[in-house]
Amino acid sequence: MRTAIFQANFKNLDSIREYVARAAKDAGFDEAGVYAIQLAADEASSNIIEHAYKTEDEGEIECTCSMEGNNLVLVFRDHGISYELDSIPEPNLTGKLNKRKIGGLGLYLIRHLMDEVHYESFDEAGNVLTLKKRIAG
Amino acid sequence: MEIVTQKFKHCDLISVKGRVDSYTAPKLGEAIELINNDGRYKIVLDLSDLEFMSSAGFRTMLMGQRTCKRYNRGEIVLACLPKRTQEALDLTGFTTLFKIFPDQVSAVGNF
Repeated sequence: MRTAIFQANFKNLDSIREYVARAAKDAGFDEAGVYAIQLAADEASSNIIEHAYKTEDEGEIECTCSMEGNNLVLVFRDHGISYELDSIPEPNLTGKLNKRKIGGLGLYLIRHLMDEVHYESFDEAGNVLTLKKRIAG
Repeated sequence: MEIVTQKFKHCDLISVKGRVDSYTAPKLGEAIELINNDGRYKIVLDLSDLEFMSSAGFRTMLMGQRTCKRYNRGEIVLACLPKRTQEALDLTGFTTLFKIFPDQVSAVGNF
């Protein structure tokens, strides 16, 4: 298990993606799997900055990577505003150009790139987003 | 992320190198806007050196496409889309909003 704490700033997205990529490579994911995990981690962290903290530099993102059997488990913890995961509407993916909504894409990508997505909110421990991806084979 | 723009007779070319995320996407948006401010709306985005693009980049391309396509005055087309970005764009239904060309020459020749 490894844990790192990042200032919740868009500048740190590079470091967060690098951090999870190392864990994904160590776990044996192929290039497509590593990219999917990086994209999911980027979207999760961007959502924390935009929606939990509402702006940059308002708090921290704690990222933990571990293995659970054949699953790589990524846990993102923040101390911003919590939300109901199921309350976020699915984006419109088939409409014409002007009908497409700008939001909701990040969570949609996370749900499709990862095998499991859980979200829980605690008073002291903050908001915890858990993402799992199975390694093939 | 690095951006290089080139002006051609019938269109403008934006070459994007590196990673487009929530931090860098605004710079891509500015590059598109600068071209639009010149009254030009036919744009090729060359993504051959793109390493990563998050949904922040997709949103920037969507906003740009809306502006460029208004009044039928132009459009943004994509060239040399890397496989991983193509997969993510497919997943979000974005590949139907852009013409995609295998190389820069055919993309520029489209205009």
